[in-house]
Amino acid sequence: MQAKAKLYPKEAARLLREKPGVREAVTGATLHFEEGRKKAYGEMDAEALRERAKRVKDHLLTHLDQYLELAEKRLREKGVQVHWAEGPEEAHRTLREIVARHGVKRAVKAKSMLTEELGVNPLLESLGVEVFETDLGEYLIQLLGEPPSHIVGPAIHLSLPEIQRLFHGRFGTPLDASPEALAAVARKVLREAFLTAELGISGANFLVAETGTLALMENEGNIRLSTSLPKVHVAFVGIEKLLPRLADLALFLPLTARAATGQRLSTYVSLIQGPAKEGEEGPEEVHVVLVDHGRTTLLHDLEAWEVLRCLRCGACLNACPVYRQTGGHPYGYVYSGPIGAVLDPGLLGLEEAYPLPYASTLCGACYEACPVKIPIPKLLLTWRKRAVERGLAPTWERGAIQAFAKVMESPTLYRLFSKALRGLPLPQDLLPLLRAWTEGRGPLKPSPKPFHLLWQELKE
Amino acid sequence: MRVALFITCLADQFYAEAGVATVRLLRALGVEVDFPQEQTCCGQPAFNAGHWKEARSLARRTLGIFQDAEYVVLPSGSCASMVKNHYPELLPGDGEALGLSEKVYELSQFLVRVLGVSQLGKGLSGKRIAYHHGCHALRELGVREEPLLLLENAGAEILPWEAAEECCGFGGLFSVKLPEVSLAMADRKLSTLPEAEVLTSTDAGCLLHLSGRMGKGGRNMRVVPLATLLWEAYAG
Repeated sequence: MQAKAKLYPKEAARLLREKPGVREAVTGATLHFEEGRKKAYGEMDAEALRERAKRVKDHLLTHLDQYLELAEKRLREKGVQVHWAEGPEEAHRTLREIVARHGVKRAVKAKSMLTEELGVNPLLESLGVEVFETDLGEYLIQLLGEPPSHIVGPAIHLSLPEIQRLFHGRFGTPLDASPEALAAVARKVLREAFLTAELGISGANFLVAETGTLALMENEGNIRLSTSLPKVHVAFVGIEKLLPRLADLALFLPLTARAATGQRLSTYVSLIQGPAKEGEEGPEEVHVVLVDHGRTTLLHDLEAWEVLRCLRCGACLNACPVYRQTGGHPYGYVYSGPIGAVLDPGLLGLEEAYPLPYASTLCGACYEACPVKIPIPKLLLTWRKRAVERGLAPTWERGAIQAFAKVMESPTLYRLFSKALRGLPLPQDLLPLLRAWTEGRGPLKPSPKPFHLLWQELKE
Repeated sequence: MRVALFITCLADQFYAEAGVATVRLLRALGVEVDFPQEQTCCGQPAFNAGHWKEARSLARRTLGIFQDAEYVVLPSGSCASMVKNHYPELLPGDGEALGLSEKVYELSQFLVRVLGVSQLGKGLSGKRIAYHHGCHALRELGVREEPLLLLENAGAEILPWEAAEECCGFGGLFSVKLPEVSLAMADRKLSTLPEAEVLTSTDAGCLLHLSGRMGKGGRNMRVVPLATLLWEAYAG
């Protein structure tokens, strides 16, 4: 996917101005999820389980080469064809070959953020393959030609009237059609697609190295149709998505569901063990494409690697009061919200993602929600420090901070500043900041006398 | 017992009365208060924006000023957390930074945890208060119960507030780097604000932001730092 992260501040402001409905829809939905998460965490010793999950992931990431080899071995033993892709080009090559070999004309696809990263849909379309997103939210945004707005709820930013208008234009349903009626229309289209597709595509929530098992979580109950009806199933898996042992699923499946939606477990969990054996129903071929796309580089970044623990549950988005105002689109890349702000600079390079680490007040709600305890605020600070070191901060900001530091390093200047605040002209560098502040909040009203002068009166 | 007061630049300039209240309250509780005159800002605005060089030099300055103090008390959760949690990150391996980290407290935290005081007086009888949890006080320092306990024991009624623990959108430079998002966050927070007599919090930045935004929307409510109310709790 083409990243537009650089535009974040402008796009966030524009969205707030032009599409106030997004803010309303996203706030409502995320607060609902967040409430669910809090309740679901409250039912267990969340702190202990998060700590355990963090340790399992840390162990995995620090032994990743061994687990990747083991996973490949086990997958092959099960008859799965394993491919490695350093980036989109290699992933595309693999997919192109499969499409050509099987003469694929139609594909059904389960929701997957990694395939958004790789641009799987545009590739398939360029090959003349018709692609159907089968997750309802993902299907809606596919119809709209939009990227997902949320890691778990891709269409979280849409309101019912918008969806009614969309379906009216596309399928001729009445403008006041009920959600059930709309879902029925989508179901009809998707059923037809499931029955006729030659290729099924999915991501993976987890890949168990010990057994070569793919684990997929969902609530709509149709992932299995993508992974077992078509004769070929291709799963794209980020190399960080591995788990060491099958038993780890007992921790990670419920923890992820609780974090994501407040469910104790997602409604459906599919564990995939390779292609159908003789006498079984299922795909003739299963391919797993293990994708790096910047992850190895990030893994070697001693200050930023912890972000790779991410389970893509979206809990930090739901908890984030900044994300809630705009949804994911202004962030300009696949991963939005707090996790995007620390993952995107790692995957895209800081220059491409510069403003994203500033898309946070450092309130810490994301860290509180994260099931694997990714220290998001700490990582935000790290990326900000690097941004300044690499000269990415705007001139006005550098000037203001330098002026501020100069004033604060000298009690004499500080006292002059204090007087200036009460009537004298202020340093030019600070003026744009003051204007940006007062526009939305009115003039600053300093106390008649600063405390350091009142102290003189208190001393006696 | 002697306490060095770190007033913080925002409180010094915008909520000077809260500093007076802090001194009076601590003295009334038998604590001697010093106010090192050289103090300015802890460096947090620079640190949070990624300007570690400037932040470091302000942190070293502050360390020098407070290194001999027995306790350092701040009427601000955010600045307290800067000194407590971030100075050691900013100056790794610096023994003084660790030493200072251990003796820094936000005011209500100091009253309850160090002085063991939970009852200041009945000066807030019947007052209906909305309490905004500053994020750094809440999540970095773990100050959640202390302010509520002190206010309630002084007779105040803390009104239920759906968004009490939600960030107000101030975030230091965030408020000017992303002004539209910052204001949208304040509006969301204020849209759920109950009809209280007073809005209070540990942090001057949040209060400036929220009261400014409230004023723009034509809403009027007394907005004061926690320190001011704690002194009222004691003095009536």
